[in-house]
Amino acid sequence: MKTERTFLGVPVVKPRVGFFDLSSCEGCQLQILNNEATLLSFLSLVEIVNFREGMKEKSDEYDIAFVEGSVTRADEEERLKRIRENAGTLVALGSCACFGGVNQLKNRFHDLEWVKKEVYGDFPIETREARPISAFVPVDLEIYGCPIKKEEVEKIVTKLVLGHEISHPNFPVCMECKANENVCLYDLGEPCLGPVTRAGCDSWCTSNRMGCWGCRGPAPAANLEQLEEIIKQKNIPQERLLDRLECFGGFGEAARKMRHRLEKNS
Amino acid sequence: MKVNCNVDIRHLTRVEGHGNIRIRIQDGLVREANWEVVETPRFFEAMLVGKHYENAPYICGRICGICSIGHTLASIRAVENALGFIPSKQTARLRILLKHMETLQSHILHLYFLAAPDFLGVGSVLPLVDSHPEVVQAALRLKQLANDICDEVGGRRLHPTRTVVGGFTMLPDKHQLQSFGERLKKSLADFTSSADLFATFELPSFERETEFVSLKGEGDYPFIGGRLVSTDGVVKEEHEYRAMTNEYMADWSTSKLSRLSRGALAVGALARFNNNFNEMNALPLEISEKLGLSPVNHNPFMNNVAQLVECVQVVMESIDIIDTLLDTPWQESKEAVEAKEGTGVGAVEVPRGILYHCLELDSRGRVRKADCVIPTSQNHANIHHDIEALAQWCVEQGKQDKEIELLAEMLVRAYDPCISCSVH
Repeated sequence: MKTERTFLGVPVVKPRVGFFDLSSCEGCQLQILNNEATLLSFLSLVEIVNFREGMKEKSDEYDIAFVEGSVTRADEEERLKRIRENAGTLVALGSCACFGGVNQLKNRFHDLEWVKKEVYGDFPIETREARPISAFVPVDLEIYGCPIKKEEVEKIVTKLVLGHEISHPNFPVCMECKANENVCLYDLGEPCLGPVTRAGCDSWCTSNRMGCWGCRGPAPAANLEQLEEIIKQKNIPQERLLDRLECFGGFGEAARKMRHRLEKNS
Repeated sequence: MKVNCNVDIRHLTRVEGHGNIRIRIQDGLVREANWEVVETPRFFEAMLVGKHYENAPYICGRICGICSIGHTLASIRAVENALGFIPSKQTARLRILLKHMETLQSHILHLYFLAAPDFLGVGSVLPLVDSHPEVVQAALRLKQLANDICDEVGGRRLHPTRTVVGGFTMLPDKHQLQSFGERLKKSLADFTSSADLFATFELPSFERETEFVSLKGEGDYPFIGGRLVSTDGVVKEEHEYRAMTNEYMADWSTSKLSRLSRGALAVGALARFNNNFNEMNALPLEISEKLGLSPVNHNPFMNNVAQLVECVQVVMESIDIIDTLLDTPWQESKEAVEAKEGTGVGAVEVPRGILYHCLELDSRGRVRKADCVIPTSQNHANIHHDIEALAQWCVEQGKQDKEIELLAEMLVRAYDPCISCSVH
């Protein structure tokens, strides 16, 4: 690592950073470029040495690897393992890397042959069930969200560079939403996972009157049973709760159980 | 001297997604010239099966990290067409404004961050921060403006939050809109300097005749819905999109491919320009003339210029849309829609070309069948044929190894491919 600047008189190293993508929309990487006002100062904090989507030069010597996307094919597992070997710190970037993301929606069919046929007919195509990267390699840090919130990434990367401890909020999005003085979406008849989803996005969706879909996964003390009660009280179809719980994979087992129960009862 | 060359690029850089270029020339004979698409498929069309239609725009937006707004709007249009719902004028205007701003931010990202480094002889935009600070600042300014407007209208620049079937969950703030209108007017000066910069770029004089497909404007430059046309004279209605795309598979690509009257077709800014130049405003036409772009242009590298010209077009249209929105009292942001059985197609011109979503719904509004045809998947076969023709052209021009490699990379980048999108 190179020493270039100081923070409170203490030298600050400029880590070599790589961005990598597995099965994903590559939107989380683009979020890095999507905060134009602070982009240049962010870039001055790190040395980007591998970013296929943005630059031609590439190096396998990096301190921090940010990996976006989930694993859906054998070659991705191999690439991920190589990245793990090279990186001191491996960061899962976004819901696909952390939980499987929208990609894992295909897993619910438990029949990959049907999934392949539905899209490609008889053309042979390789795929596996979508898995988060932690299913294959140890992950040092997870940055949640679909998409990730750039401000949060900047904060986390600054802490990484300065060697500060990184922690995620343990309260749900609902609290941020209340602090932002929004009208509760349940009062507007909309289902919302705000009461059970990990905060940190500053109630990004609900502040725009879109119910939370749980892209950041469950808050540590998520009470899903109580949420089901609320849904019943508000006369919102359970299916709409399930759609949200299973969208990004963060509520894994709870969503699978709910689907099983609803399918059995229908 | 006879040309010998061996290009083997695995995972081309500065494009969205994963693709390879392979060119082998021996003693002036092109032995191999291929474009290979190796992206992992994600199966969005299967994911939607059995899901209520409200999931479709939300999930489909996540097909792409650059044009998520376009995908969201195509899904919404497909659902609304399936349900026989016609959005209000206010909703239609806000959607066009949102789409224009996505086009602007995407084109700027491509032109400055992905394409320009080749013309300025560097590997990425990073060295330009020091060598061409004014260029980078102007690009960031334009991109930020476009993204700020996307945030205000769509709730979020990436994977929008306010866009739903029936309208919007919330309306933008009129004071904000007014200030955006003023910033857009000021931004026109940045395009004059962009045009000056692009005029200094040397575009290869390579041409290969192809068939260009896009929406056809009727009194305006087209972006959402309408008739489908090709430069070979094919005309179809929106719901007949399959006759325009004719998808098939080949062993060199995990993306589906398209063809129409010939072996391949092209979509994108150049296709839109070639089919709709007469619907453009005077200023963008002036810039196109200055940069040597006139219809029908068959040089794929000119897609860069067509994107720049389109930036000016969408800025001018957006200024007008904002004026109209400011002059009209707000109506309800969203209208109620009722689930019923039906099939709908949404055709939307997104930054990289015409995008189609088709959704078949059952009587409870659940998706029975989904189909998405992506601009880049329509372009892949054309890119493949272009690389073959480019290799041959390079032999005739006596180009050498490194030069051929760079030209091949620049050719693919000129299409601004969104490869993960194309495989979805």
